[in-house]
Amino acid sequence: MIEQYLPIILVLVVAAVFAAAIVFSSRLFGPQQPSKIKIMPYESGKDPVGSTHERVSIKYYIVAMMFIIFDIEVIYLYPWGVEFRNLYNEYGFFAFWPMLVFLIVLELGFLYIYKKGALKWD
Amino acid sequence: MTANTEIFQLLPHLVIGVGIVLSVVIEISTKKSESILPWFTILIFVFAGAHSIINVYDYQILFGGMYAIGGVTAIFNFIFTIGAAIMVLNAVDYIKKSKMNFGEFYILVQSSVLGMMLMAGARDLFMIFIGLELMSICFYVLAGINRSRMGNTEAALKYFLLGAFATGFIVFGIALIYGTAKSTSIDQIVFAYEYFITDVLFLTGLALFVIGFLFKIAAFPFHMWVPDVYQGAATPVTGLMSTTGKAAAFSVLIIILSAVFTQNITNNFEILFAVIATLSMLYGSIVAIAQDNLKRMLAYSSIAHAGYMTIGLAAGNIESVSGIIFYLTAYAFMNLGAFGVIALIEGSNEENLDINSYSGLNSKSPILAGFMALFMFALAGIPPMAGFFGKYYVFVASIKADLTWLAIVGVFSSAISVYFYLRVVVYMYFKDSTSSIIIKNSFTGLLAVIISGLLVLVFGILPDTLFSIITSVLSY
Amino acid sequence: MNTIPMEYYLLISAFMFSVGVTGVLIRRNAIVVFMCIELMLNSANLALVTFSSFLGDPAGQVFVFFVMTVAAAEAAVGLAIIIAIFRNKLTVNIDEINIFKW
Repeated sequence: MIEQYLPIILVLVVAAVFAAAIVFSSRLFGPQQPSKIKIMPYESGKDPVGSTHERVSIKYYIVAMMFIIFDIEVIYLYPWGVEFRNLYNEYGFFAFWPMLVFLIVLELGFLYIYKKGALKWD
Repeated sequence: MTANTEIFQLLPHLVIGVGIVLSVVIEISTKKSESILPWFTILIFVFAGAHSIINVYDYQILFGGMYAIGGVTAIFNFIFTIGAAIMVLNAVDYIKKSKMNFGEFYILVQSSVLGMMLMAGARDLFMIFIGLELMSICFYVLAGINRSRMGNTEAALKYFLLGAFATGFIVFGIALIYGTAKSTSIDQIVFAYEYFITDVLFLTGLALFVIGFLFKIAAFPFHMWVPDVYQGAATPVTGLMSTTGKAAAFSVLIIILSAVFTQNITNNFEILFAVIATLSMLYGSIVAIAQDNLKRMLAYSSIAHAGYMTIGLAAGNIESVSGIIFYLTAYAFMNLGAFGVIALIEGSNEENLDINSYSGLNSKSPILAGFMALFMFALAGIPPMAGFFGKYYVFVASIKADLTWLAIVGVFSSAISVYFYLRVVVYMYFKDSTSSIIIKNSFTGLLAVIISGLLVLVFGILPDTLFSIITSVLSY
Repeated sequence: MNTIPMEYYLLISAFMFSVGVTGVLIRRNAIVVFMCIELMLNSANLALVTFSSFLGDPAGQVFVFFVMTVAAAEAAVGLAIIIAIFRNKLTVNIDEINIFKW
């Protein structure tokens, strides 16, 4: 079993050694004359503005939390949607109402956060 | 019966479920939700509790073995709903006093009670997990409901991290049980328990599952969150967590281990539970002596009470199950009552929790002092209070199971616990008042204390009323 | 085609679970502790899917959906609590969150 994987391991080792050799050889043999402009972080040609460790507004986290909750609903909708034709043939509209109730409850939650002003961005 | 009509058998659950949705609508549509929601909540709880206890003999399995109603489930539902109703009654003035008057409080309480009811009724591991998480997530938020107060958020964080840790154990345990038993139906697991238990993987899964729930009932090696969370959370919330939350976790432990209780097979967990019970009782009782903060003292006493109930799990016979259920009922009402008195005496910013604040309480408010003494006697297990019979039934069951030493340890630990319970009574009656606390009048809070006091007395003087119901429904 | 035996999946799952438990016990940053708890849940998911696939029973995979939903709800509540703590105290280090003895 392990012999089958031997070529792959070999390729990985060669790749790692080759990459390391390229990176360190330029450091080893190339001339180095650092200047302020050269060591500046690369921002697609523009001068960087401020520190990269800037704090993100707490509202961002609130929206992110909402996203987690409303994002996960799809894992119920997706299998239901794929299988709906079979479910309908077997159970009729009983296959439809539970999902409607689920979505109404979900939208009620959305209405709640909207009314409470959690989506206001200022 | 088709699934269409089967759902209407779950009337209490439906009422609470629809109640949650309606409460959210009330909360977003009116500004006065704080004055409507408490009464609405109490109404649906009382209805659900009454419906459960009336239909206690109507035992049915629904949804193809997924869910059970009636029987023991109905008694647990009674504890959850009536306990939560008393707690809400007590909380109405408390949350006004401490300025955290969110309507969400009541919605979260309703959701957590629905989760507990799902746990008690579930006959499938997946269902248990969903109920457990509905309850736990609501409790995490309830523990930190007063988010501007540091102690509250700290309690919420600790409860959340350790509760989620326990959830991880439970899910992994469920996965292993599912893999080895090839089913998650508890009936099937119980039916072939003797066959499965020889499988190491199944035993590991069951052990992880049980350990997760020992976290939730606050037994000894898994207790480290209890004192901080109980002290930090708002007092009525602590009352709810320590009573109904514990009852819900025990309902699952009883169901999953029911093979041991009903069939005549060896209890693999006997030693584990006996050791945990001993350590919990002794640790809780001894450390509680050193506590001056009343909420923290009751937190340690709650660990000790979890130990007494675990004796029943170690004994593992049908008497011990009825003993545990009786104990849980009694404990629910005496602890809710004690936390109710604490909530009434507590100031608006979590002061007056120290035992010195209770000195000379008798001269200021004889009613409150009387009820506090009642609850302390009941918690200490002095007859004729309900707490005595709870311990009595559990100890008798353990003697029947040849665990006499465990009963002796239990009696010894109760004797220790009398010291710190009676200390409160001594402070209230025989010490001069040193503090100048002002007790705000609260009719609803007092009513909650009186109702729980009466229930403790009724179950103490007439224990047979409840106990005969429990034993007769257990014969199913 | 020879399939990978079930034990390999279970070993990976058990390894992930142990990493999660160790992380919860030794890390001090609340968010990292929380990520380790998510790792525990995901190891259970892997075990569930493995069993489900080898038993030919879809119930385990359905349960994974529920575990994922619960994990998302827990994540939202947990982040909210951590934000509330951060607003009060400006730290998420568990050792510094100690009004009460930890």
